[in-house]
Amino acid sequence: MSLTLEHVTKTVDGQLHIDDASLNFEPGSFNVLIGRTLSGKTSLMRLMAGLDKPTRGRVLMNGADVTGVPVRKRNVSMVYQQFINYPTLTVYENIASPLRQAGVGKADIERKVGETAEMLHIEAFLQKHPLELSGGQQQRTAMARALVKDADLVLFDEPLVNLDYKLREELRQEMRELFKTRRSIAVYATTEPNEALALGGNATILHEGRVIQSGPTSAVYHRPSQVLSAELFSEPPINLLPGRIAANEVSFQDCMHFPLNADLSGLDKGEYRFGIRPSHIGLVPSNDDDLEVSGLVELAEISGSETFLHVRNEHLSLVLHLQGVHDYHVDSPIRVYIPTHKLFVFDASGRLAQAPARRA
Amino acid sequence: MAEIRLQNLAHSYSSQPQGATDYAIREMDHVWEQGGAYALLGPSGCGKSTLLNIISGLLSPSEGDVLFDTRKVNTLSPEQRNIAQVFQFPVVYDTMTVFDNLAFPLRNQGVAESRVASKVHEIAEVLDLHPLLKRKAHNLTADEKQKVSMGRGLVRDDVSAILFDEPLTVIDPHLKWKLRRKLKQIHEQFNITMIYVTHDQLEASTFADKIAVMYGGQIVQFGTPRELFERPQHTFVGYFVGSPGMNLIEVQAREGGVTFGDQHLPLPAALAEQLPGLAAKRLHIGIRPEFVQVSDEPGVGGMLAEAVRVEDLGTYKIITLRLQGHLIKARLPEDQAVPKYEAWVGFPAQWLMLYADDRLVEAQP
Amino acid sequence: MTKTHDNRAWWLVLPVFLLVAFSAILPMMTVVNYSVQDIFDSSTRFFVGADWYRQILNDPRLHDSLLRQFIFSGCVLLIEIPLGIAVALAMPTRGRWASACLIVMAIPLLIPWNVVGTIWQIFGRADIGLLGYSLRELGISYNYASNTRDAWLTVLVMDVWHWTSLVALLCYSGLRAIPDAYYQAARIDRASAWAVFRYIQLPKLKSVLLIAVMLRFMDSFMIYTEPFVLTGGGPGNATTFLSQTLTKMAVGQFDLGPAAAFSLIYFLIILLVSWLFYTAMTHSDQK
Repeated sequence: MSLTLEHVTKTVDGQLHIDDASLNFEPGSFNVLIGRTLSGKTSLMRLMAGLDKPTRGRVLMNGADVTGVPVRKRNVSMVYQQFINYPTLTVYENIASPLRQAGVGKADIERKVGETAEMLHIEAFLQKHPLELSGGQQQRTAMARALVKDADLVLFDEPLVNLDYKLREELRQEMRELFKTRRSIAVYATTEPNEALALGGNATILHEGRVIQSGPTSAVYHRPSQVLSAELFSEPPINLLPGRIAANEVSFQDCMHFPLNADLSGLDKGEYRFGIRPSHIGLVPSNDDDLEVSGLVELAEISGSETFLHVRNEHLSLVLHLQGVHDYHVDSPIRVYIPTHKLFVFDASGRLAQAPARRA
Repeated sequence: MAEIRLQNLAHSYSSQPQGATDYAIREMDHVWEQGGAYALLGPSGCGKSTLLNIISGLLSPSEGDVLFDTRKVNTLSPEQRNIAQVFQFPVVYDTMTVFDNLAFPLRNQGVAESRVASKVHEIAEVLDLHPLLKRKAHNLTADEKQKVSMGRGLVRDDVSAILFDEPLTVIDPHLKWKLRRKLKQIHEQFNITMIYVTHDQLEASTFADKIAVMYGGQIVQFGTPRELFERPQHTFVGYFVGSPGMNLIEVQAREGGVTFGDQHLPLPAALAEQLPGLAAKRLHIGIRPEFVQVSDEPGVGGMLAEAVRVEDLGTYKIITLRLQGHLIKARLPEDQAVPKYEAWVGFPAQWLMLYADDRLVEAQP
Repeated sequence: MTKTHDNRAWWLVLPVFLLVAFSAILPMMTVVNYSVQDIFDSSTRFFVGADWYRQILNDPRLHDSLLRQFIFSGCVLLIEIPLGIAVALAMPTRGRWASACLIVMAIPLLIPWNVVGTIWQIFGRADIGLLGYSLRELGISYNYASNTRDAWLTVLVMDVWHWTSLVALLCYSGLRAIPDAYYQAARIDRASAWAVFRYIQLPKLKSVLLIAVMLRFMDSFMIYTEPFVLTGGGPGNATTFLSQTLTKMAVGQFDLGPAAAFSLIYFLIILLVSWLFYTAMTHSDQK
């Protein structure tokens, strides 16, 4: 069963919550919605589920128009940020509840609940009440309830936000495994770019109710179609430098130049914005034509295995993501090297003009 | 500023604790030195919030002593200990303006109004709150409110330590970034003892000079982020710090090395000679995904493994491999070619850790 | 969060709508109808336009009653709201004492209103009432039947006894909703108890207090049973409040026309003052 949104718009009290969104999800796909808070992720998911009706536009499931069909008639499940379970029912009853609603036979219920509980590693807790369990276990119960009825569409609204970092890592992994073999469409909303990358599948970037870019996660990450896409889908944020391409060189802020290289020679002259990922800037030149930038260290944030270095000079400020521990004091002078082959080029309207070539 | 010392500290929420499980904090001795930036890192339920509340004075320990600069403060309240605390969700006085919010602690102390104004402006400058000073607190966004909460802790001159209880929980990732930087800058500027509780190991590592990793009510390791990363003393530290965590494989001792499945891995002499003494214990080897070598050539001591799955995380890739039935992960740089079906993995001796009953076996010099 | 709009839901409302129509709207329309007619008996009636309204509004009895009613409601609010808040602050928050307290506080609310009146009527008697007897033994002159001041005091104390619990319980639930972190932050900021009340508790109680004030105002403005049973409106008409005046007029004298007009005026006064309260309290929120 495929899900299609055609020019869906949602206005509430004069405010545009969703602005002309058109998306298509294939059966068995895992789709991540990335955006900041209030960017429209929850509104969009509610429209997909049928909890809200769009002001304009259509929602199609398998080609059939379901725009006016209420959520009860659609085969949808949803998992929320807060661990939502029926507090007075045992875990078993919680998971069984959608099946009981559907009038499934007792033997089938027992089998399905057992299978789903095993998938989510909560079979030991079936007779307990949700409030006796830890946060992670409660959320697994909520997920089990969502998955047991084999819905065509399963929606996750930032489900792991209230959980520990490590637990989140584990559950993310399990979720990917769970959906590998299913035919249902999974839609997962998150504010964290790194979580979207870890989940893989397809990514859709939302900003202020608009779909900025949609496609396989890897492609969206490595080829952002516009500046906004690159900004929203990178953590730490991508470094952006305004610059100009002239006849045979590229200049930033009229002070740093480097000769036009083969990658960029195909572009017209003019004003552009150049993007360079923090992980590509190095402390030693990686190529002969790297651009050298001198500046002062503003701050060094060191985790055990990596360093985030904030460097600035009077023209620009950069963030570097370095492997290993590099201890620098504030205001110490430093030279960093920007590989010119790894520059993203965005034209004046913000659209991608050139992305770096990738090997492998 | 104060040096905070915990002596024989233990805490149980029940009045008649029976065994170890009744204790939220099991016996610990610990020193937090003056002016340091520390993190308390651990999963939910490990006791870190309890420990923070004991340090701040919101909770009185059932056993042991808390000393501020050699003075016993067990029964003193937070205000008597001059502690400032920032909570998980922003706590602001809704009806007051941002200026009044920041001025509140000073005014309660009876500080002269002129001094209040100058201090508030100084802190507002540091936290980028100047444009908001006249606004009513309840109209602010979550991160602005959290900055106001932090500001209230910073305005006081006599604050001995600032404690943070998972303060960035409600903040959006792209703003979390900025606030973390701000916290670090504040620490560099004011040099106050800061203790930061979190379950996010990246947050802890980037903020703290030293991290105390807590597990089951005890501090299992106290060290710099680098030490925790390169030499975890406990398998839990290996697992919890680093994303993804350390690879751990259960092994048996055999002839100057260890074995798992059909694979025999020789150990450096310094470790191998201790193996007989560890006969009765559960042994594991640990190696971080960052240090696992993956290549197409066998090389020296290479082990054949089957490639299971690859994840592209933008700046790097994680490859999951099956080695003798154990799943291990390796981290590959962005541009490295990804093996399709199988690969040769190597565990460099420098980064290979041996654990007996979950504790690191140190090489005797 | 917006809800799905489904017009079919109106069908579910229909039965309730019909019930309310029969029990409230149609009688109301009847009252409006009566208020513009002079009714002698079921078959003899004449249209008199706004005559009754003019007469009522100029009636000195009505003015006196209205004044008494406003004073009474004013006193009730001035006493019960702060007292209710104070009691809510004092009530324990945890443990079995908390449940015991809640039960004790709820008891006055569960007593039928005429029983409340009867309790205080007996309580205040000098011969068999504990209060009346004790006061007499202490040498204090107290007679609610013949002394205006005593009658007012007794009616007020009775109402406070009866209804403060409502304010207290509402505020108690409002206070429970305040997360602990606010109190902890206030302690760390070295705020005085008064500052905690003013800057944390009171702002967070705003919505609950709005309900409490509106309910107490409306109920006290309509009060009938308790003072009627206690003093019968006496001595004289010292404690005759608006509702009793109306009842005397409608049921006692069977002056349906003026009574109907009076009812409508009564209704409009409550509506107006309630609206004023509501606007004042929610407007300060928007600032």
